[in-house]
Amino acid sequence: MIRMSFKLISPKTVQKIMNGVLWASGIFTIIILIVIIGYILLKGLPAVNLEFLLAEPIESGRAGGIAPMIVSSIYVTLLAVLIATPLGVGAAVYMAEYAGETQIVKFIKFGAETLASIPSIVFGLFGLSFFVIFLGLGWSLFSGGLVLALMALPTIFQVAVVSIESVPRSYREASWALGATNWETIYRVVIPAAMPGIVTGVILGMARAISEAAAVMFVVGSALSMPISIFDPGRPLPLHLYVLATEGLSLKNAYGTAAVLVIMVLIITVTTNTLVERYRRKMMGR
Amino acid sequence: MTMYRIEVEDLNVYFGEDHILKDINLKIPKNTVTALIGPSGCGKSTFIRTLNRMNDVIPGFRHEGHVYLDGKDIYDPDVDVVELRKKIGMVFQKPNPFPKSVFENVAYGLRVHGITDKDVIENRVVESLKAAALWDEVKDKLDQTALSLSGGQQQRLCIARTIAIEPEVILMDEPCSALDPISTTKIEDLIHKLKRKFTIIIVTHNMQQATRVSKYTAFFLNGEIVESGLTEKIFVEPQDKRTEEYITGRFG
Repeated sequence: MIRMSFKLISPKTVQKIMNGVLWASGIFTIIILIVIIGYILLKGLPAVNLEFLLAEPIESGRAGGIAPMIVSSIYVTLLAVLIATPLGVGAAVYMAEYAGETQIVKFIKFGAETLASIPSIVFGLFGLSFFVIFLGLGWSLFSGGLVLALMALPTIFQVAVVSIESVPRSYREASWALGATNWETIYRVVIPAAMPGIVTGVILGMARAISEAAAVMFVVGSALSMPISIFDPGRPLPLHLYVLATEGLSLKNAYGTAAVLVIMVLIITVTTNTLVERYRRKMMGR
Repeated sequence: MTMYRIEVEDLNVYFGEDHILKDINLKIPKNTVTALIGPSGCGKSTFIRTLNRMNDVIPGFRHEGHVYLDGKDIYDPDVDVVELRKKIGMVFQKPNPFPKSVFENVAYGLRVHGITDKDVIENRVVESLKAAALWDEVKDKLDQTALSLSGGQQQRLCIARTIAIEPEVILMDEPCSALDPISTTKIEDLIHKLKRKFTIIIVTHNMQQATRVSKYTAFFLNGEIVESGLTEKIFVEPQDKRTEEYITGRFG
């Protein structure tokens, strides 16, 4: 029997249509980003001035500024990254370099994936019962930083595993052949080569930590005053934004807070991307 | 007491169930170039990787027999692999410089072996680059990443990196297979120069290259050495029919 093949549309036309569809998907993604950021900035920037950035809130945030919230956000985010980065990268190195494909490795990978998909409010509840009450750390930025560290950990870990595993085996062999031990190879060759990826993971984790309201609302104490040490209670920007909006205090200031938060995240990502790109170009040439 | 740098005695190598190298016996004299030839998958690469214990990390690797370096079995339990690899350097098939500067690539081995004196490192880097016939081409770009060099330059950099730690033996696993003819000529010239100081073992698929660079040749087939001896003899009057068939290009 002869099988007839009917082609209603020529492959060339299909190619053209698919090019269009893929292009449109890309453009659509960018448009969503631009619209959201643009909307927030448009609504928020009028509220932002020097006083807003430098003053403490007045009347629960109806007036005044958000300086304590900016400081709180910086505290909890830095704390989270400082704790989660060594843990996540350390675990990733162990997984990629020492552990091989054993049961425990699969279990750790599965654990990280599960950890990444736990809702942030659950992290918050855990933080309340474990850090605040059981460990007696109280409502403080320290407790908040610990919770956010737990949240950033799987992101940092997963991205670090991928970037360490993608370092070519030939680099490792060259290093071993020159008489380097496993550890020397890891910290002199593998980690520097994986650095751009690791930094990207840390930034992703950081972005997750800085934008969390739900995870910190039960543990930071939601104080309005300027925190001095990390053991003081505080109120990070997303939480302030949440309170301002849901308690009907000031929508204008809520948008102003959102704009500041968005700008902070943008500054962090753009700066690090530039640095990572420069490093990559310097190391990889071309 | 012995004129041999490396003596391999009744060496058998297994990866799990696979019997890769069978009853290998080979003596490699000091300051000579020995070529290992044979079709793909015959065990040449496994053999040279056994000489600097690079196979140790491969799961299921097992060996029987002896590999002596200067009369000492390198698989003795008291042998420090790090020290061994300082004595037996290796150049790989594909140039594999680190994503670091030209200078740091050569300095790497020195730093790993605990040399911290800046002047010593700098001297050794310059000397090694000169010895690898690369100095004139890279002296103005020591700070640039090694990955910006051409393939041939990268391979000579890998050779410089290896000789910087002053090994006794240099293993080369098809060092020219990824290079163009001009770069290949440069590496071959370099090998001639280096044999005064080092004992070189080179795996090659290129028969002409074997005749050009080596004094001795060993022909591998299915994990065994079929024939070994002076290169001229192997190529002019091979004793075994299989050797003759291989070098005349009838299989392989």
